[in-house]
Amino acid sequence: MTPQLGEAWVYLAASPLLGLTMTLLAYQGATWLHRRSGGHPLANPVLLAVAVLVALLALTGTSYQTYFDGAQFVHFLLGPATVALAIPLYAQFDRLRRMALPLLGALLVGSLTAALSAVAIGGLLGASEATQLSLAPKSVTTPIAMGIAERIGGLPSLTAILVIATGILGAMGASFIYRALKIEDDAVRGFALGIASHGIGTARAFQESEQAGAFAALAMGLNGLMTALLLPVVMPWVTG
Amino acid sequence: MIGAITLLLVFQLLGEVIARTLALPIPGPVIGMALLFAALALRGGPSADLRDTAQGLLQHLSLLFVPAGTGVMLHYQRLSDEWLPLAVSLLLSTALTIGLSALVLRLLIRRSAGPKDAS
Repeated sequence: MTPQLGEAWVYLAASPLLGLTMTLLAYQGATWLHRRSGGHPLANPVLLAVAVLVALLALTGTSYQTYFDGAQFVHFLLGPATVALAIPLYAQFDRLRRMALPLLGALLVGSLTAALSAVAIGGLLGASEATQLSLAPKSVTTPIAMGIAERIGGLPSLTAILVIATGILGAMGASFIYRALKIEDDAVRGFALGIASHGIGTARAFQESEQAGAFAALAMGLNGLMTALLLPVVMPWVTG
Repeated sequence: MIGAITLLLVFQLLGEVIARTLALPIPGPVIGMALLFAALALRGGPSADLRDTAQGLLQHLSLLFVPAGTGVMLHYQRLSDEWLPLAVSLLLSTALTIGLSALVLRLLIRRSAGPKDAS
């Protein structure tokens, strides 16, 4: 490195500009690839962008903390984006109201399945208790999931990663499951994906249709609520 | 656009204040979403500005998960120790949840829509 380039690096490494710009560039590249693949679910934009960023940070020896100092501005927008989900939800208000009982039934089944099957499979394959408890809220949107993990004795920061992985897996796999089960109603497709895969599933559902997105957003909110209420009661039973 | 963003932040702020003062287990933005939904129901729908801004933000919802996802690098050790139970559990449990929720919802919708052919 020339001295000037070295100085530029010293400046960039300490400023939030680099982390923020890298995040946006990685996302642009990921969405470009996603579009080039014809919107294929396996070319998931979150997965692609994260893979590129982790590789870049490892190569340049940059710590996550330094990166996050810049990326936090993007992270912050999760709050207002969650509030904004009220708008597509309102657009589906009539259909939601007519389907209230079926939706609640599916929510109860989905919420319990998401938590209990994850803990059971993890336990059977020898995951430690802290890991099992961190797995339990994996289908819930990140901020609620971290709160639940803390309350039931899991590791909140591990839960955050498992939540994101669950979101990516659901967004990648849902269309194959729906094809096998012949699920064609956009409302059902969105709602089930929102229960299992929260915001990342919701992002995927919005790519299918506005209606699928709205039902996914509703499922994400309701499942957050349901899991926050159920797990602190149910988990002591499960782990003994 | 600035008006719409201000509105979203005000609702998020209200949600945070309510969640914290009442010590609710639900995060502030989710309460903010419920409040905005109630406001839209009272007012009879969003303005064009709010609708466009929300659409712009939600179109790129995936982007907003990238910084937290990159945090995977902090858990390299535990993930490499327990990768098998974690991977199998996440994969099977997520597939099971999607499939079962969709089947149950389809069944319940058919029942409530047409009791004749449900029997």
